[in-house]
Order: sequence, then structure tokens, then C-alpha cells
Amino acid sequence: MSIDPSTAARVAKLARIRVEPDALPALAQEFNTILGFIEQLEEVDVEGVEPMTSVTPQRLKRREDVVTDGDQQDKVLANAPDAREGFFAVPKVVE
Amino acid sequence: MSDLNKLGLAEARDALRSGKTSSKELTQACLSAIEGAGALNAFVHHTPEIALAQADAADARLKADKDAPAMCGLPIGIKDLFCTKGVPSQAGSRILEGFKPEYESTVSQNLFDAGSVMLGKLNMDEFAMGSSNETSVYGNAVNPWRRGNEDTALTPGGSSGGSAAAVAADLCLAATGTDTGGSIRQPAAFTGITGIKPTYGRCSRWGIVAFASSLDQAGPMTKSVRDAAIMLEAMCGHDAKDSTSADLAVPNFEAALTGDVRGKKVGIPKEYRMDGMPEEIETLWQDGIAMMKDAGAEMVDISLPHTKYALPAYYVIAPAEASSNLARYDGVRYGHRARLEQGDGITEMYEKTRAEGFGPEVQRRVMIGTYVLSAGFYDAYYNRARRVRTLIKKDFEDVFAQGIDCILTPATPSAAFGLGEMTDADPVQMYLNDVFTVTVNLAGLPGIAVPTGQDRKGLPLGLQLIGRPWEEADLLSSAYALEQAAGFVAKPDKWW
Repeated sequence: MSIDPSTAARVAKLARIRVEPDALPALAQEFNTILGFIEQLEEVDVEGVEPMTSVTPQRLKRREDVVTDGDQQDKVLANAPDAREGFFAVPKVVE
Repeated sequence: MSDLNKLGLAEARDALRSGKTSSKELTQACLSAIEGAGALNAFVHHTPEIALAQADAADARLKADKDAPAMCGLPIGIKDLFCTKGVPSQAGSRILEGFKPEYESTVSQNLFDAGSVMLGKLNMDEFAMGSSNETSVYGNAVNPWRRGNEDTALTPGGSSGGSAAAVAADLCLAATGTDTGGSIRQPAAFTGITGIKPTYGRCSRWGIVAFASSLDQAGPMTKSVRDAAIMLEAMCGHDAKDSTSADLAVPNFEAALTGDVRGKKVGIPKEYRMDGMPEEIETLWQDGIAMMKDAGAEMVDISLPHTKYALPAYYVIAPAEASSNLARYDGVRYGHRARLEQGDGITEMYEKTRAEGFGPEVQRRVMIGTYVLSAGFYDAYYNRARRVRTLIKKDFEDVFAQGIDCILTPATPSAAFGLGEMTDADPVQMYLNDVFTVTVNLAGLPGIAVPTGQDRKGLPLGLQLIGRPWEEADLLSSAYALEQAAGFVAKPDKWW
């Protein structure tokens, strides 16, 4: 499996990270080095082995379905780069 | 008393109880030490006002309550990964520039409830992704240790590099760390201090900036095994706000420190003897084996056959979880937002914000994680890695079922290296730093690094003990025996 610059561009797009076109070949090369290392996993016989979902066997705790938190709009918005009239503000989404 | 900042937690606790010093004096000694240690770049956000107020409160509490908790009045540093209310908490990243949490992490809250004093926030690799503290937005933290008379700046390890440097240089009595693949144990070994990663679920992850949620655990970084026992007890405990937090009683870890390993079975895994391992590490390991044997433990050769596949599995699982966790940094709710051009929409905002806010290693891991989770590759990479993880955990379960009490290995494949020395290496070379520690995270087990020797140039080296799940008390006691036998007392010469 080899990653070319156009695949690297697609991955960057999926990850929502802007990568300048001239940086894509080097990025693809780094991916190939790391994936080459990861591909050792193909040597392992995993037939019939369950993928791990939880490292310690446990049942998630349950609680009453009631409101336990809330009413702290100021705190929620305190760190926003752009908050207006009690909302997070973002660039126009709908044309 | 002089040099109060050089005390460990246990000594300082006892000095407070006997009235030989006060929390205020301890705190002031640490604050002065921090002021004079800018060259180490360990503390990146200083909180002297908070520290002095907490110290006064602790002194009053100690006076009023003779049963105040052991941590009461003891000044510590907090890794930047922990959210601390009203205090910058950036995870070493530009993308969290200016972020001041409105809440306190459970672990730091537990420490404050016990009366601990926060001196400030400590340097770290960005989002805890790194083994040398070189990916931090704050710049490198520097190891107080040097190679003999050379003045080459060395890494304190990573990701908890600032914590390790601060404890080793006596800027604080102890510090918090976090460990996803070795980020407590590797820096502890590089700086001649003790660091324990408890069983997954022992410490609440609530309020700790997430890297890889199925692997992340907090733990103490301290000047001795006894100190690790004292501080771990204060940090852990069940927390309803973390669904993976274990609802188990927290033992009195310090009381369990008998150091009696007679009759205990210590496993020596043959797979940890790697090709190209420096002779000094092999010697260190053999010395450790001899020490445990002399102390009365039985050494048993064991096999953990999937060890070789731990790092490759980790470099699928950790980036996959990171790509998901770090999706929250979108420039909307907190931290950095890129300056936008006329006509830029929300997608440009995300892409520019994340390109500016994340450093190269974080970008690399987020994209690798995105790739291994993407349609068509999910099964081949992510699910396969999770299957291999099951096998790695089973390796440990098998040897524990054979009656092994703990496992002794080197903590790192080398001593601390020079800052910048790995710059030209490919990323995988840096990842190899975690080869002895990462298995423990994948299996969710407790592991502790203890300093036991020095290399030819005088740099500290550490061994790792791996314990059974939830048996930190027994593991700490074995580590105490190793510490007693090794008698490591060296300290770095002050040059900063």
C-alpha cells in the first residue's frame, strides 16, 4: 500500500487540515514510512480474535435519565473566539 | 530548614507535622527555585498567587486538623494537559492559546481537596504526542542532567518532559504526569526520578485534555517510590464524570510499602531483549535482576510473544482515537481561530484554524488516524490493530495466570538523548522510545519506572516494573524493594 500526493490531499481534506500543494509529496512520504511500520501487523494471525472494545471488563454505569447540569451559558461561551448574543458565531454556512 | 524545595513529599509532610517548617516556607522555596530555572523551561504558566493562597489555607488546616491528608501543604507542579480553573491549560498547543477552563480536572481537584499547592503548569509535548518535549508550542523543556562535562542540552523525555525536569531539578516536590504510551515512565527514567502509570481506570480522565481515550492515564512523578504511593492515593478514586473510572476502593498505598519480595515471582520477558539494545541497558537490567533475586524474589523467564507488534498496534489505535478526540478543535468553541479572507466559509475556517493551530507531529497523527479509520481501511488497519491489542493483553493474562506477580524490564532503550539529535530521523525512530512502555498501556496495566543506575557519562537509567491490574499496592512495594537495593541517590549538578 503506497500513498501518493493525491491520497495525502484527500486525507488532509478529511481531517480538515489545510496542506499546501507543495507540501503533499513530503507528507505522502511520511505516511508511507509510518504505514510501512504499521504493516507488520499483517504478520499476526488474528483469526477468531475479537477486537478489543474495553481494556478492563466493565459494565458502563447507568443513572436516572434526569438533567444534572446546565444553565451556564456564560461559562460555555467564555472561551469562544467569537460569541454574540448568547451564541457561537461562525462564517456564513448557507448560501 | 534549608533547601526546602529539595525535600520529597514524605519528608516535607513529616516536617510540616513536626512544625519544622510551614507550607508557606516550602512554597516560597519552590517559587524561588522556579524563578532561577528559566533555562529548563519546565514551568510555562506560573501561578504564585494561587500557590501562596493555597499554602496559607493549608497551614491553617494543618494547625486545626491533625488528621489533615498527607498531601496537605505540599507544593507540586501540574502538567499543562490538566484543565485548571481560570489558569491557562493549553496541552502545549497553539490551538488552545488563551484557553482558561471554567472547570477543574478531577485529578487536580482531588489533589487540591487534599490540600496540595499548585506552583504552576508544566511544559509537555503538544497534546502529549512526543517522546522528547520537542513538539511543544512553548519550546523544548531541558533535562537538568548533562553528559559528564559536556554542555549539550538533553531532552528530559516526553511527553511529561516539563514535569520530569521540574521534579529532577527540585523546582517542586512532585508533579502530575499523564501516560498514553510511556509519557510518565520514559521521562522519569531520563531524569532519574520515579513515575507510575496506574491501571487504566484508577485515575479519572475527566478534565484532562484527551489524546487517546482508551490508553490515557494520569499518575504522579516523584522523587521516591514512597512519594509516588502518597501522591497516587490522593489522585485516584471513582468519578461519576468518567464512565471508565473504576468504582473500586483506593488502598492505602504507602502502608503497603513493605519492600518484602521474598517468594514473589518476577517475570523476565525474553522479547524485551532487543537487537541493537545498548550494552549499558542490558547491564542495568541484569543488575536489577540480581537485586530482586538478592531481596528474595524468584526470577522466572517468561514469554510475551506479541510484544513486537505493540508499537505498530499503538500507532494505529492512538492516532485513530486522537483524530476523533481532536476533531473538537474547530475554532468555534475555544482557543485559536485563523484569520479568514473575504469569502472564506466554515470549511476554510476549520482547515486554516487546524493548520495554524496544530504543530507538525499532531497534524501527522491526526491524518494517520483519519486514514486508518477511513472507509476501506478501517478493517485492515483499525480493527486488525484492536485484535492485536486483545492478543497483547492475553500475553500478560497468561503469565499472570502462571503465578507471576510482576514483570521487570528496562524502562527505555537508551539514556536521554540530545535535543535536536532526532530531528533528521524519520518519525518511526522517535516512536521506538516507547518500545518497553507501550505494551502496558495497550493492556491497561500499572507500570512504574524506578531509577536504578547511570550510564558511563553519568546519565540516569531506569527499570520498569509491570504489575497485575488494580494491584498498584503490591507493585509499589516491589518497586520499593528495587529502589532500596539500587540505592540511587545521584542528582544533577546545578548549571541552570
